[in-house]
Order: sequence, then structure tokens, then C-alpha cells
Amino acid sequence: MFKTKIGLALTMFGLAAMAAPVLAAEGLVVYSARNEQLIKPLFDAYTKETGTPIQFITDKEGPLLARLKAEGAKTAADLLITVDAGNLWQAARDGVLAKIDSKILNANIPAHLRDPDDRWFGLSIRARTLVYNSKRVSPAQLSSYEDLADPKWKGRLCLRTSKKVYNQSLTAMLIAHLGEAQTEKIVRGWVANLATDVFADDTKLMEAMAAGQCDVGIVNTYYYGRLMKKQPGLPLALFWPNQNDRGVHVNISGAGVTAHAKHPAQAVKFLEWLSSEQAQNLFADRDLEYPVNPRVKPHPYVAAWGSFKQDTINVAQSGALQAKAVMLMDRAGYK
Amino acid sequence: MSVAAQTRFPATGSGTWLSARGRGWRAGAGLTALLVALPIVLVLSAWLEPQPEVWRHLADTVLGELLRNTAVLIVGVGLGVVIVGVGLAWLTAMYEFPGRALFEWALVLPLAMPAYVLAFVAVGLLDFSGPVQTGLRALLGIEALWFPPIRSEGGVIAVLTLAFYPYVYMLARAAFLSQGQAMLESGRVLGLSTWGAFRRVALPMARPAIAAGAALALMETLADFGAVTVFNYDTFTTAIYKAWFGLFNLPAAAQLASLLLLFVGLALYGERRARGQARYHAAVRRGRESRYRLRGWRAAAASGVAALVVGAAFVVPVGQLLVWVAGGAWRDLDSRYFDFLLHTVTLGAAAASITVAIGLLIAHVRRAWPTPGTRALAQFATLGYALPGSVLAVGSMLLFVWLDRWLSADTPADAGAVLSSGLAALLFAYVVRFLAVSYGPLDSAFERIKPSIAQAARSLGASQRELLWRVYLPILRPGLLSAALLVLVEVMKEMPATLLLRPFGWDTLALRIFEMTSEGEWERAALPALSLVLVGLLPVALLVRRSAAS
Repeated sequence: MFKTKIGLALTMFGLAAMAAPVLAAEGLVVYSARNEQLIKPLFDAYTKETGTPIQFITDKEGPLLARLKAEGAKTAADLLITVDAGNLWQAARDGVLAKIDSKILNANIPAHLRDPDDRWFGLSIRARTLVYNSKRVSPAQLSSYEDLADPKWKGRLCLRTSKKVYNQSLTAMLIAHLGEAQTEKIVRGWVANLATDVFADDTKLMEAMAAGQCDVGIVNTYYYGRLMKKQPGLPLALFWPNQNDRGVHVNISGAGVTAHAKHPAQAVKFLEWLSSEQAQNLFADRDLEYPVNPRVKPHPYVAAWGSFKQDTINVAQSGALQAKAVMLMDRAGYK
Repeated sequence: MSVAAQTRFPATGSGTWLSARGRGWRAGAGLTALLVALPIVLVLSAWLEPQPEVWRHLADTVLGELLRNTAVLIVGVGLGVVIVGVGLAWLTAMYEFPGRALFEWALVLPLAMPAYVLAFVAVGLLDFSGPVQTGLRALLGIEALWFPPIRSEGGVIAVLTLAFYPYVYMLARAAFLSQGQAMLESGRVLGLSTWGAFRRVALPMARPAIAAGAALALMETLADFGAVTVFNYDTFTTAIYKAWFGLFNLPAAAQLASLLLLFVGLALYGERRARGQARYHAAVRRGRESRYRLRGWRAAAASGVAALVVGAAFVVPVGQLLVWVAGGAWRDLDSRYFDFLLHTVTLGAAAASITVAIGLLIAHVRRAWPTPGTRALAQFATLGYALPGSVLAVGSMLLFVWLDRWLSADTPADAGAVLSSGLAALLFAYVVRFLAVSYGPLDSAFERIKPSIAQAARSLGASQRELLWRVYLPILRPGLLSAALLVLVEVMKEMPATLLLRPFGWDTLALRIFEMTSEGEWERAALPALSLVLVGLLPVALLVRRSAAS
């Protein structure tokens, strides 16, 4: 009995080794850090419209990037999709993304939301803004990210972990605007004001705030939207900070065509379609994010939070300064 | 040490030591072990690219705390799993109390529960905004009610203990049962109390099994990323990912990972030293089935403790998952779940067969030639279990990509990857990761076979192959099946390697959990999580039936 088991195992192993997937000659292959339920509807819509089949794997950015680098010229991937700019910046620096010259992409996507060297492009905006307990705080008390370091917020601030890339990008942008010394002072101020240990995710943070553990915090708007849709009665509200100076910090979910894409022309076409008016709502609305294409309106539920001035420094900065930001937060004791 | 002290005989006649056949066995096992160890070597090779800036930064800031936290976790979880695992194993093996027959197998169930799911449920229920604290505040009308913080050192240790104690429980219980009553009764006849018999006879004899279980639990603890992330508790693993994802520095991440291996190496060495030269095989395989009956408050306490552990580690988390599924997550259920299920089980079964076959080969050679060389090889090959999954996955991928290049050096560059995009790379990664899971139980099962059995077989002219097939295998069959089932459960729960190395379309239940949790939608992850637990129950139930029948 055992012999047959081993034999079976060996056969399976052999078969598996040989059964390399035959890549669809015509279809596109995507490595995506944007998860399946947010990205597959777009693939399906595009396939339906153009007949182009799309194969994909999802994973975190780090492993996907390592795989792209290792595979080199042999990669099957035509596109890389991420949920932040920093990782796209890193992918470009690693040389796995191709330069694209597309009038359509340039017209559809504001300049600060794409690579200055045209290797990656934002497809939706993720705004990281302030959230407050509306029973305990009036919006008049709020002003900016920097203000949260003020001692008046001592014991009243909730933050998510510094290990999340969204906070790394936010800190990187502060460094870009204010310099390292000033930013470190701010981050230390935040840490000194914490009401409790930092949270593993934005949703937990807001639930704690609603339960009264703290009064103010920093979150991505779509987490707020998701939570409020489920529990509309929670005493939470968003605030757009820094409206009198640089604006709200934004990040992107975006994509680039790989340097060794087997179907580069088709991949560019797909990107262009994603940035188009017809696809932008499908891309952004599913996760209550903001479209990048200025001609496309956000979902009414999202639009109801009000319009805001966004920081127009190029999001590439969040990648370039990310390592600095991480080290700075380590120094400041922001876990 | 009060264990049967015997002279140490190698299980092989000296005549075969230099024979061609013996060399073949050792060479085969050696090559296999080396192959399995290659990704680990790749991780170590990261030191070829020194990263002084990162290390200086770490040393200046967080390194001290990381070392401290990792040490605290090892000691805390180590003590936790041994106390809970051995205590409950002894209780259910030796005593009769209300519900004993139920708890005996229910205590294994948490094996099917991934640690990150347990962690999330614990934090969800017990944190400030969770139903427990909110309810208490409302009930007592106190705004600033003090409650032990769940997101704390104690919380992490408690959750990991509950997630990993079944390894110790299972192996220790099997050891206690196989010791038989006779040995203990001899102890008691010689004047030992029950406690004394436990401490001086049963415990020392079960030490290899307990050590094997604790080693699995600790390696799993060191490699854990999911659970500590939920607690935001900084360990070596979180630092590895910070260096990789935050600082974009994969070499530094691999260097940190190799330090983790150093921890494991030291721990294993310590365990070896402690075990020393003692032998652990019992003369009597099994005595009659009789348990001491507990009465009164002792019986109630025994039932209570067992119920508490099963409740906290399994019943409550499953209940919470059910609530979430009923609350809306069920809407995600579609026909694809059949495929997820099929992939999960197929990958698990394939990986389990291969892993156990390799584990058996190495354990056998290790037994036949107990030299420092074979021991080092076996330990090196099983280190993968302590590496964070993603790091190991990248190591395996690099190896296969390199193989691909080498095999197709003269085909055009756009011919595509052959091996690295097939199932082989994924199955290989599973073997590297879970070899320890099959090797540990097999090795400790081997230890309980008296050398005289092998000596007898050898003196009757049996070859190593015959010894393995006709003597060891029948004796080891329960152990083999247990090892295979353990690997099966582990592979089904595995996430990082599956994510990176799966061929297109090979989505599993663990992957569905990732898809939901990567954007923080834990409630929606309840559906795949619950499915995974239910599927995992099948092998666990088999494991339980095995141990009950043995």
C-alpha cells in the first residue's frame, strides 16, 4: 500500500513538473497586488468587450516583484498592478517596468499621479485623511497632520502601525515637504499623543474610536466608507486636513507594463482602457476609492464626503523616500 | 536519568558500513537533504551582499527589542505548549473523568485552526471595541473599565500557545499511551506516587516526543507572521518583512532570516544536549487499558480545564466565524468553492506523500548511521520550517528559475518559464517548509523502536531495504500516517508559498483568506476560513482515530 502511495506521489511530482501551463498566446498575464474581488470584475469586463483573455495571480507586492526580477526576460507577466506608488517606484527602479509613450494615458491621468519617466500610472486615488469622533471633537479643532503632534491631543490619538505602506508613504510625503528633522519631530509628537498601542488595520482603529478609546486618527477614506456602509450610526466623520496649504495626502493604486512583456501593445491598450471614462468608475467605485481621471466623478456615496484639495507633489516621492521614512519612524518609536 | 540505560548499538552490522549499498543509502539521503536545503543556502548567501547601513540602523533602533521579544515569545510559547500539551496528554491518557472520551480527540481540533484566524478572532472579541469589553462597560456602566489588554505580550503568547499546543499534546499522548501501564506500575510498586511516576518515569521517557512537539511549535512560532501582525507585536519575522517591504531590501531581509535560523540551530543543539545519550524505548509495548478514575472536585477540575482549552482554541473561534458567515460572508459562496476545495486537498495530499517519503528516507538513514554528519544533514534540511513562508518561497522560486535558465540555456528568451511556473516549484517549496513536520514525528517514532529489533533483522541477513520495508515500516505505519496527516493539515493552511508559486488558476481556500484580509475584510474572510477549518477537520479526525486505535 505504501509503495503505491510513493509511486503515486512520484508520478504526480513528475507530471506536475512537466505540466508547465501553456500560456495563452493571445491573452494578457497580470501580476496583481490589488486583490481579486477588486480587480477581476475589470478583467472580466475587458475580456467581454475585447475578447482578450486575462490570466492573473495575486500576492503582496514584495514577492511579486521578487518573482518578476527573478524571471527576468522569461517572465510571463505583461502587467504589474499594485495598491501604492512606492512599490511601483521600486519596480521601476529594479528595471522590470517598460517606458510607455501614450497620449491617452497622459491625457487621462494627472501628472502627479504617474511616473515622471512614464513607467507606471495611477488608476485610482486613495486619500489618507483624518477621522474623528464626532461626539467628542468638533471639526473646528482640526487642521492638519502636523497638528496631531500638538500636546492638546495627548492620549486622544489613534494610529495604525508604521509597517503599513500607507503610513510609510504619508511620512515620506511629510519628509518631502517639511524635511527630515521637522517630520521626525511631528512623528515623535504623534507617538507621544497615542491613546493606545497602534492598530493592525484602519477598520479596527475606527471601531476603537467609535467605542471611545480615542478621538482622532488617520485613515484611508475607503475603509471609512466600508465601515460606515455597514454601521451608518457610528459617531465618526472625515476631515480634510491641510486645505490652506499643500492639501490631503493621496496615494494611488496603479500599474505598469513589464519590461519583458510578451504582449506589450495589448498591455498598453488595457492600461489605456483602465484609465478611460468607461472603466474608471468600475475600478474606483468597487472599493469606494477616487477615480484618477479628472473627468470621472466619484461614486455618489464617496462624493458625499465633500471635495478636497489634494497634495499635488508627485506620488513617486513616496517610493523614493520610503526607506528614509521607515527608518525615521523606527527612530521615533512609531511601531 | 532513570531511563533504561543500554549500551548504544548502531542499528546496522559493521559489515555493511563500507558496502556499496550502504553508501547508496547515505548518498541518496544526502542528496535529497541537500536539495531540500538549497533554498536555505540561498537565504544564507544573502550575506554575500553586506547591508551595513540597514544593520547599523537596526542596531541603533529596534534590534534590541526584536531580540527581547523573540526570546520572550520562545520562552513563553515554549512553556505554554509544554505545560498545556503535556498536562492534557497526561490527563487524557492516564485518568478517567467526565467527558474524557470527548476531550481526548477534541483537544486535537485546534490543529485545523490557522494561528492568524485565532489571533484575529481573539483581538476582535476581546479588544476595547469588541463585544466583551463593550458589553461589560454597558453592563457595569463604567466608562474607564480596566480589562487585561489583549493586544499585549500575554495575549500573543496565549494565542500562539492555544494554536500550537496540539503538536505537543498529540506526540506526548502517543508516547504516554505506548509506554504502557506496566512501566508506570513498576514505578509505583517501587514506591513512587502517581506524581512521582509521572515525573520520574513517564516524563523522561516521553521526552523525545515532547521535544519534537515543542520544536514544531517553536519553529512555527518563529516563522509566524500572520498572528503577530494582528497583535502588531514586533518579532524577527516582522522585522524581516519590514526590511523587505519597507526598506525595499531583500538581502537584508534574508540576512535577518538567517539569524532566525541561528536561533533554531541553538535551540535544537540545546535539546540534543539535554537529551544526551539516554535511550527511550520501552520493553513493553502496551499494557492493559485502565485509567485512574478521578472523583469529586478533581474530576470537575479536569473536565473544566480541558473544556476551557477546547473552548478557547476551537469552539469560540469557530462560533465567531459562523456568526460572520451568517452575517453576510455566505454571499461570496459560489461554484468556485468546489475548485478551491479540490486544489487545497490535492496540493495537501501530493505534498504530504512526498514530504513523508523524504522524511522517512532521512530518518531511516539517520537511524542506520547515527553519525554527526547524518544528524547535521537532517537538521539542516528541516530548518525550513522556521523560516517565514515568503522568504522561503522566494528562495525556492530563485532555485527553480535558475534551473529553468540552466535547462533552457539555448532556447530563446521568450520561450517562457517551464519549471518555475508549474506545480513542481510549489510542491518543492512545501517539502522544504514542512519536512520538519514529517521528520520530527518519524524520528521520535524511530527512537522508540528497540535497536535489538534491527540488530536481529540484520543478523538474519536483512538488507537495509528489507529492514526498512519489512521491519520498520509495519512498526512505523501509525507514525507515518500521523506525519502525513500533519503535513496535509499544514499545507492546507499554508499561505505565502502558495500565493507566490501557484500556477494560474490554482487558487486554494487559504488564498481566499488572503484576498479578503489583504484589504482588511476579516469578516468576509470568515467563509474561506471556516471552510478551511472544516476541511482540516477531516485529516484531524483521522489522526484522532489513529491515536485512539493505537
